[in-house]
Amino acid sequence: MQNNTKQPSYGRQLYKRSNKKPLNRINYLNNRKRAVILTTSLTIIFVIVYVAGMLISEDAVSGSFLNAKIAPCFKYPFGTDALGRNVFLRTLKGLSVSITVGIAASAISAVIAVLVGVAAAAGSRWLDAVINWIIDLVMSVPHTILIILISFCLGRGMKGLLVGIAATHWCSLARVIRGEVLQLRSQQYIAVSRRLGKSSGWIFVNHILPHLVPQFFVGLVLMFPHAILHEASISFLGFGLPPEQPAIGIILAESMRYLSTGMWWTAVLPGITLVLIVLLVDKLGDNIKMILDPYRAQE
Amino acid sequence: MALEAKNVYFRYDRKQPWVLEDCNIKVEKGERLAIFAPSGYGKSTLAMLLSGYIKPVRGDVLLDGKPLPKKGVCPVQLIYQHPEKAINPRWRLRRVLEESGRIDENVIRAFGIETAWLDRYPRELSGGELQRFCVARALMSGADYLICDEISTMLDVITQAQIWKVLLEEADKRNMGIIAVTHNRHLADRIATRTIDLSL
Amino acid sequence: MEQKKDTLLEIHNLSVSFSMYGHGFERTNLKVISDLHLTVHPGEIVAIAGSSGSGKSLLASAILGILPDNAVVEGHLHYKGQELTPDLQKKLCGKEIALVPQSVAYLDPLMKVGAQVDGHCRPKPVQKRRKLFERLQLPDNTPRLYPFQLSGGMARRVLVSTALITDAELIIADEPTPGMSLYQALEALKMFREMADEGKAVVLITHDIDLAVEFADRVAVFYAGTTVETAPVSDFKAGVDALRHPYSKALWRALPQNGFEPVPGFQPYAGNLPRGCLFAPRCPYRTAECERQVPPVRELRGGEVRCYHGT
Repeated sequence: MQNNTKQPSYGRQLYKRSNKKPLNRINYLNNRKRAVILTTSLTIIFVIVYVAGMLISEDAVSGSFLNAKIAPCFKYPFGTDALGRNVFLRTLKGLSVSITVGIAASAISAVIAVLVGVAAAAGSRWLDAVINWIIDLVMSVPHTILIILISFCLGRGMKGLLVGIAATHWCSLARVIRGEVLQLRSQQYIAVSRRLGKSSGWIFVNHILPHLVPQFFVGLVLMFPHAILHEASISFLGFGLPPEQPAIGIILAESMRYLSTGMWWTAVLPGITLVLIVLLVDKLGDNIKMILDPYRAQE
Repeated sequence: MALEAKNVYFRYDRKQPWVLEDCNIKVEKGERLAIFAPSGYGKSTLAMLLSGYIKPVRGDVLLDGKPLPKKGVCPVQLIYQHPEKAINPRWRLRRVLEESGRIDENVIRAFGIETAWLDRYPRELSGGELQRFCVARALMSGADYLICDEISTMLDVITQAQIWKVLLEEADKRNMGIIAVTHNRHLADRIATRTIDLSL
Repeated sequence: MEQKKDTLLEIHNLSVSFSMYGHGFERTNLKVISDLHLTVHPGEIVAIAGSSGSGKSLLASAILGILPDNAVVEGHLHYKGQELTPDLQKKLCGKEIALVPQSVAYLDPLMKVGAQVDGHCRPKPVQKRRKLFERLQLPDNTPRLYPFQLSGGMARRVLVSTALITDAELIIADEPTPGMSLYQALEALKMFREMADEGKAVVLITHDIDLAVEFADRVAVFYAGTTVETAPVSDFKAGVDALRHPYSKALWRALPQNGFEPVPGFQPYAGNLPRGCLFAPRCPYRTAECERQVPPVRELRGGEVRCYHGT
């Protein structure tokens, strides 16, 4: 509670009216620095998992019955399954497949969200009403059921899954974008721009679009965990990726058969890995939000 | 050569009472008109009507006998009370000035805008400095009429005097018409050649 | 430092700084209020006049202890001779010290106006509220409205009544009048006057010098986050020669009714304040001394001034 920077004129210690940490420690590693470091390291981990999964060859995940049902050990960190396949490598490979699906689906979804959101806000009133009605409709049906339906109609597999996830996840981001555009359109500087002879297109590109970039990226990153979890659960239920694909959902579905024989590792360890990746990306999204969001930027 | 509001009626919604009823105002080029009224007399609405931001429900706003042009740079420019709202917070101030079409070094110099400010973002400048940019932007657009809606209410009196001084000089030079909306009677007397008191 | 018994609020060397992020990772401390002095006696209205964005509202927040988390406050605040610690602030806020906030954002959007104005007073001061609303020309149905249903002027009047309904000894009114009609503004200020006459005190924070001069007993001139001069209101009415600080004189001369003559230059930024007197870069009377060191506050002809050359 002391402050020795300046002696007060009347001989008493200055009273520091703050219960916060001393400032010099904050300066040493301030929140923004921490957020950026965290974001970078999380991104690096994420990329490593993804690339490692891609690089694992088909041979490495093919099994031999000689090594079947080995509990986790040094050679097989996640053990082996009933067919003698290395569960750790299979999990990594499965994750990279899941990540591909997740990124693709959330990217498509985010683009849909921006287009729809902008159309709703900038278009005519009936268009806005129609879009809002569609958003309510999509949001009122449980995602899982809708994805299963779409995936099934499109013959399952990667394509069905991608379209299913992309078609269900854009709603909330579209609402955010719509609100943002509506709010921006009523800004005085937009009105001024119009009176300075600028066209609607020019105003959209120069005034409105830059404001949507942070929303877009944060929305994209935060959508990813949903997409990846949905991918896993749909595959688990057998409506997604084919059984020969080493996806997390498939690994978990297979492990169920052997769970009663005491092979806990084929279910628990891949499951935990999935949860960790999801948490990692969620954290990443929060950090990006904190860096980009002007209202929280001073924290 | 005049900007006029002819029998203008305005309300924001059918269910609401008229904000302006049968309002007539005319200002010639080169004339400086102060509209004086305490708050709540629809001054800001009138300012927005005269500069074409909103359309009257009944009646006309005419510039030289014709309606205000819909396209291109409007010859009637409005300057708002809160400069920080009238400037895109993500733009550097150079871009803000460039939006008017062309940069006029003389105007920049007259307002005491320092070159270093042009590369800053709006949040790095104070309200008084931002208001200089707003006025400069309106002047650079080559407008014939300026509508000033309480432009100096939020500023300290020294900045107020600084901005008005340059604004009046420029208006004189270009023979512009000015409508200044204010609740400060002394300010109205000081800047205008004619004063309308809406509260009477 | 001996505390005078008859002061209600005494502020000494108050500084408020914010730690902010600049470009990239720099974290800088912005000193928004620096070495501010102010005394408020019972029975008076003290106006704090300064341009918007100069940190006046932060002063109100600092007195009430409601600054944001990244603010650091240094210096002395005394209320009735007692050090105003965060604990004491919590205890007094809304009871002995009341705030008239600047915007509707301070009202709870989900609570009806009536309940909100009554606040924590028990028994509910319904009678008093009705009288207040009547005097401020608020329509009869106002207590049943939600804050979003209020117009700008109505909201201001509601905010004023939230403070007037308490039995606070000290009201801090942050820009209470914009948006009100002339009659309502006068009525609100008249109620402040009545309060002051009962021995309570009002700090009126405003950017409108005319208003400050009209209603206050003393005016504190606020510049770049500090009070450069505190003068009895009669000095402002008497004219430029009765004022002490060069900035107050410049203000007086810039008023539309007395010359409209601006001094050149700009108010310095928080974070880029001059080392010595804050007004020195624009001051016609500055000397080497002014640029070297911040002048101390000194008493002068019944007022206080922070200038080496003040007369």
